[in-house]
Amino acid sequence: MVDVLIPAMITIITASTPLVYAALGEMITEKSGVLNLGVEGMMLMGAVTGFIAVTQTSSVTLGILVAMLAGAGMSLVFAALVLGLQATQVATGLALTIFGIGLSALIGQGLVGVAYEGIPKLPIPLLSDIPFIGPILFEHDILVYGSFVITVLLSWFLRKTRAGLILRAVGDSHDAAHAIGYPVIRIRCLAILFGGAMAGIAGGYLSLAYSPLWIENMSAGRGWIALALVVFATWRPGRVFFGAYLFGGITILQLHAQAMGAGVPSQVMSMLPYVATIMVLVLISRDRKKIKMNSPACIGQPFHPSS
Amino acid sequence: MIPYLEKRAGHSQTMVYISPFIALGLTLLGGIMLFSLLGKSPAQAMHAFFVAPLTSLYGWAELGVKASPLVLIGVALSIGFRAGVWNIGAEGQLTLGAICGGCVALWLYRVDSVFVLPLMMIGGILGGMFWASIPAFLKTRFNANEILTSLMLTYVALLLLSLLVHGPLRDPDGFNFPESRIFHDTASLPIILDGTRLHLGAVFALIAVGGIWLLLSKSLIGFQVKVIGQAPAAGRHAGFSVNRIIWFTLLLGGGLAGLAGMFEVSGPIGQLLPSISPGYGFTAIIVAFVGRLHPVGSLFAGLLIALSYLGGENAQITLNLPIAVTGVFQGMLLFFLLACDVLIRYRIRFKSVSGLRHG
Repeated sequence: MVDVLIPAMITIITASTPLVYAALGEMITEKSGVLNLGVEGMMLMGAVTGFIAVTQTSSVTLGILVAMLAGAGMSLVFAALVLGLQATQVATGLALTIFGIGLSALIGQGLVGVAYEGIPKLPIPLLSDIPFIGPILFEHDILVYGSFVITVLLSWFLRKTRAGLILRAVGDSHDAAHAIGYPVIRIRCLAILFGGAMAGIAGGYLSLAYSPLWIENMSAGRGWIALALVVFATWRPGRVFFGAYLFGGITILQLHAQAMGAGVPSQVMSMLPYVATIMVLVLISRDRKKIKMNSPACIGQPFHPSS
Repeated sequence: MIPYLEKRAGHSQTMVYISPFIALGLTLLGGIMLFSLLGKSPAQAMHAFFVAPLTSLYGWAELGVKASPLVLIGVALSIGFRAGVWNIGAEGQLTLGAICGGCVALWLYRVDSVFVLPLMMIGGILGGMFWASIPAFLKTRFNANEILTSLMLTYVALLLLSLLVHGPLRDPDGFNFPESRIFHDTASLPIILDGTRLHLGAVFALIAVGGIWLLLSKSLIGFQVKVIGQAPAAGRHAGFSVNRIIWFTLLLGGGLAGLAGMFEVSGPIGQLLPSISPGYGFTAIIVAFVGRLHPVGSLFAGLLIALSYLGGENAQITLNLPIAVTGVFQGMLLFFLLACDVLIRYRIRFKSVSGLRHG
């Protein structure tokens, strides 16, 4: 039993990690009052550029960095349009996704079939020797550990720090924040860039660790699931993490069920994560008050200092 | 000199119509840069992309073939977008339409009757409407975001199609390929221009443009859509039901997307395959925006985007350019359009650096 359980738990963690990054990043963006629907596009750009960097230079650090920068670069375009030119957030986010899908496919032309062994695992000394828990929790790559750390950090940032408070103020009432003298546009820009960088890492994780190769459209809707997770988590880092693991769990469970031949067609099993997203969204959204109380009040609304 | 934005007193109607052209110009410039980066002669590539496909009657007919689904879905989406109902899952509704229309064709495989095609069309419309009714129900009943639900349903629809062509709908004499039987002539869309693939769907796309234009400009529900989109508070005050608008726009979008899907499998494709659309449902979002959320605009935007598909295919064959260039073009066009739209509400002014006040 343990022989099956440990690998299953490990794969759940690897399946959840990209969702943790993408959803936490989007959560910060949304906390500032901006809805960026381009997560999918930014993830794909992170995935393809990170993969190129790693296979060209065989430097993992560089690969992750490039993926991060690609995501941030994409989000900068979004920020310029939404903050600078007052474009509609929903439409611009969609444009970012459409553009990202196309551009990543174009960049990744020659990469189909290129192999990479995946970024190295870094077992933590002593801790990884603990039976059962050790191999599950402490024999991962740097990005998995990073996802744990960043969840805690963001939770602390939003609750306990002044900067976190300002971020929430900007998202809840940009006019009031502006009146007090906070640079609303600059703060939102930073939040968007952070979201982009995180989406980039999420994409990079897919192509560098989860399934170390590049396939067109390999994020397969994870960017959109991340968006749903933020709503599901009512904009709280801890719950985002929990939600991501819930979905990682579902993804892996259905894969295992497919492998064992559960008698259900594989396509039906593959539908599960998407159907689960819808169900979870329905469950949380039906309580309108809860959504209203937790969502950043200014989300989706444009802000122009002169108005 | 530093440029800055100054709010106009009102919306500039002129800019609403000029903006797509500026965006198109910028996209072409972007294209020239892109082709240079890919190591192709920009002149040659631009010719292959935008001119060569239209040098023959067949090319023009192909433009119509590609534009039909884009226009059908684009006009329907534009109504929803006007009302602030973001149906992003048209690709899934198209897929369901194709499945349902295709099922009718396969179910009536041995029936030789003029009613087969109309039944398929009804099947396609109902299939698309059914798929769109799910986000509508979840939105009106449970407040679930229709962007996310309709999109998730797209993935489910694509998997459903894959399931069906790998299983129950697989051609019994097809050597186990994941394909359905090829539809009979009675289940195939009539060609309206001999020697080409231009099919009856193009006529329906034009009818949809006219019909939705009438709906928007003359009907009460069209008026309600416009009011709810522009001034939700005023709409509620007037007693317009937001839920009714959500249902209406989603069902309309789903129905036309479903019809477009049925046309694809009954026309150019002729059978059910695991993949039946190069993302028409997503690209139609661009069509709707470039067409200024106006039915007639969607028609022209649909033709333009159709040309980008044709050009992409042609450039792939003649210049060995990757087909993904098409997607980049389409994305760029939407980006530039959204950027240019700033000119509708703002004016660009310049101020000297010395007089700069921190904003």
